Order: sequence, then structure tokens, then C-alpha cells
Amino acid sequence: MNVQSKDHGKGGKPKPKKVSTRVDLTPMVDLGFLLITFFMLTTTLIKPQTMEIYLPSNKKEDEDKQTEIKQSQAITILINNENKLYYFFGGPEGEKDPELIVTDYSPTGLRSMLLQRNAEVVLKIEELKKKLESRELTQEQFSEQSAAVKRELHIAPVVVIKATDLASYKNLVDVLDEMQICNVARYAIVDITDYDKELIAKIEGTGISEPGGTN
Amino acid sequence: MPKVKIPRKSTSVDMTAMCDVAFLLLNFFMLTSNFTVKEAVLVSTPSSISEIKIPEVSIMTIIIDKDGKVFFGIDGAKRTELLKTVGESYQMAFNDKELRTYSLINSSGVPIEMMKQYLELPMEERDKKENALGIPADSVDNQLKVWIKSARKVDIKAKIAIKADQNATYAVIKNVMKTLQDLDENKYNLITSLEKPAEIVIP
Repeated sequence: MNVQSKDHGKGGKPKPKKVSTRVDLTPMVDLGFLLITFFMLTTTLIKPQTMEIYLPSNKKEDEDKQTEIKQSQAITILINNENKLYYFFGGPEGEKDPELIVTDYSPTGLRSMLLQRNAEVVLKIEELKKKLESRELTQEQFSEQSAAVKRELHIAPVVVIKATDLASYKNLVDVLDEMQICNVARYAIVDITDYDKELIAKIEGTGISEPGGTN
Repeated sequence: MPKVKIPRKSTSVDMTAMCDVAFLLLNFFMLTSNFTVKEAVLVSTPSSISEIKIPEVSIMTIIIDKDGKVFFGIDGAKRTELLKTVGESYQMAFNDKELRTYSLINSSGVPIEMMKQYLELPMEERDKKENALGIPADSVDNQLKVWIKSARKVDIKAKIAIKADQNATYAVIKNVMKTLQDLDENKYNLITSLEKPAEIVIP
């Protein structure tokens, strides 16, 4: 009130000095960027990825429910240490003395074999993927239909994964990854048997089954 | 000769706009950030093409380092309850201070007998090699089983995530998977880092 009356006063009085309302914002900008730097460095924008796996329960009553694997459909993959990888056609109760084939983790190794065996499913899934890309299907429809494709085809391979105790976790994940890439719907991680170890020892030419294996 | 007058221009720039931008960005980072939490051990996870994201809440994490030591932790809110429940299974009571200390630890890896000493340690000491012994998870003394069982009791919907180092041997992984299988936990997540999806060429 006092100030206003002064402004409207008569010309004889000295005018109050106009003080600029502008504040130097440079320090504030500094502070802002400092905090940005802090938050940028402490945050994780990328959430870790996960891979979902289901393993069969080891309860007794589930044993009858387990579907019998046809030997012709089964592929057994053996993972050993130092990135060594073998497979043979046939499941756990297959013919004796199966032919162990040496392979590797490259696209021309295990993957090409699985894609070949699973070609029918892979082709259908690829078709669905194209439809998804051209917006003919929604994401939900896609996942629904691709799940149906995987379930339906009975000629699709069943993969049994066995790893020796010395195999690394990376190898296991790599093989599980191949299952995803090749759209193999049915696979299981099974304990390695002495017989499998013998097969590996035979092909590696050591004659001794690897140390530390007690299972 | 008359002097040419150079008009003096002020060098100060209006900082308001820049300030706005800075704080806008600051807001963005503050709202989207979730802090990198310090874990008991550093593990380098293997990569996979899987793109499923891990949930942030209601999750129990089993960490396996490259030497095969096992660590266990759940997300923040229910840690005190968890330690109480685990303590009960071993007839151990933890006081308030210990419970509070535990609630701040992201994941721990000590045998239960040593839990009290572990919680006494100052923060910097806890993750040192000689103190991080790993939770016993073999068939002789499977404490991991008790931890998982207790965590399940505390949080019925919790998802299980296994975060293992890529160089961990399968023997350890198998033990942990067996433990989970014994507890009838047949669905769980393996934490991996992202890898580019592979080209599919059918031969």
C-alpha cells in the first residue's frame, strides 16, 4: 500500500530505482546437470532378461502322466566341458550304442540340425511371424497360434538335454536358447547317466570317464 | 580519424530455457530410474535371445557365482519376516537391530550359524571374500531349501529367479534345480542378458 501511494505521488519526489527481476540462472543450470549426471550414472534402464523354464515335478503321481517319448522323435544332447557338444538320435531308452555326433554351438552346428528336424514347425512359426509383422495378427493371437502349432505337430522332435557336472552354465543356457530359436516345444533337462558318460569318453578317446562325476 | 565505435554487447545469455531443459531431463531420470542395487557378488550372466523382462517386486533371487557359492535374497518389503521365519526353523531369534540390518541387505550368502556375526559386520566388510561363504546347498546340509521354503511362506506369489555366472559349473546348478524340484517349484526364471535374435535359415 505504501509503495503504491508513492508511485502515484507527485513528480517532485525521486522515483524509486527499478531493480531488474532477472536472476542469474547459471548456477541453477549447473546444479540441474549435476543431478542429471548423478541419476544417469546410477540408474539401470535395461532390465535383465529372463528365460522361463518349467521342469517336471518329481512327485510320484506325475510319473504316469508323463508322456512316452517315441524313440524316433527323440534327440539327446550331451553337454561336456570346454564347449564340447554331442548329440545322438534316440531317447534315454533307445537302442544300445547310438552313434554319437560331434557338433558345436555355431549356427551350422546344433542349430542347423534342430532346424532341419523341426522344419515343419519352424516354417509355420515363420509364417505367423510374417503375419504379425504385416499387422494381420495381434501379439496375443500370434502367441496363441504359435503355441498351438508347437503343441499340435506330433512329428516335432523331443529333445533330452544332459550335461556333465563339468559343463558350464553358459553352455546349458546356450542349448536352451537353441531350443527357443528352433521352436522346439518339448525338451527336458535330465541327469546324465554313466552310459552317456561312457559314450562321451569313447568319442573323446580318453577311456576314463571324467572326474568328479558321481551321478 | 574518428574512432569507430564498437557497440558493446552483453555476453550473458538467458539461462532460463537451459534451466528448464535441465530440470525436465532431471525429472525424467528421477521418475524412470531404479537404482542399481549392490549385490553380494558380481556375476556375469550368459546371454540369450529371450526377451521376457523380470518383475521388480515379489521376486526371490538365487545368485550363484563362478565358484559355485550360493546367495539368496528377496525384494525389500518382506525381508524381516523372512529372516524371522528362517530363524524359527533353526531355533534362532534375531533382535530388532539384526532384523533391521538384514532388511537392508539385498542378498546374503552365509551359513545360518554365522548369520549373527555377519549382521554385526560393518557394511564394507560384509561382501569381502572371507565373509561371503555362500549358503550350503548340498544334500548334507541344504540350508538353501529352508530359505526358499521360508520365502515362499512369507510371499506366496513370489517368482523364483536364478542368476548364475556363466562360468558356474553345471554340478552346482543341478543341485539348486534339484532343491527347487524337491520343493515342488517347477517354474522359474533364469536371468540372462540380451543377445540379438538369431537369423533362421532352414537348411
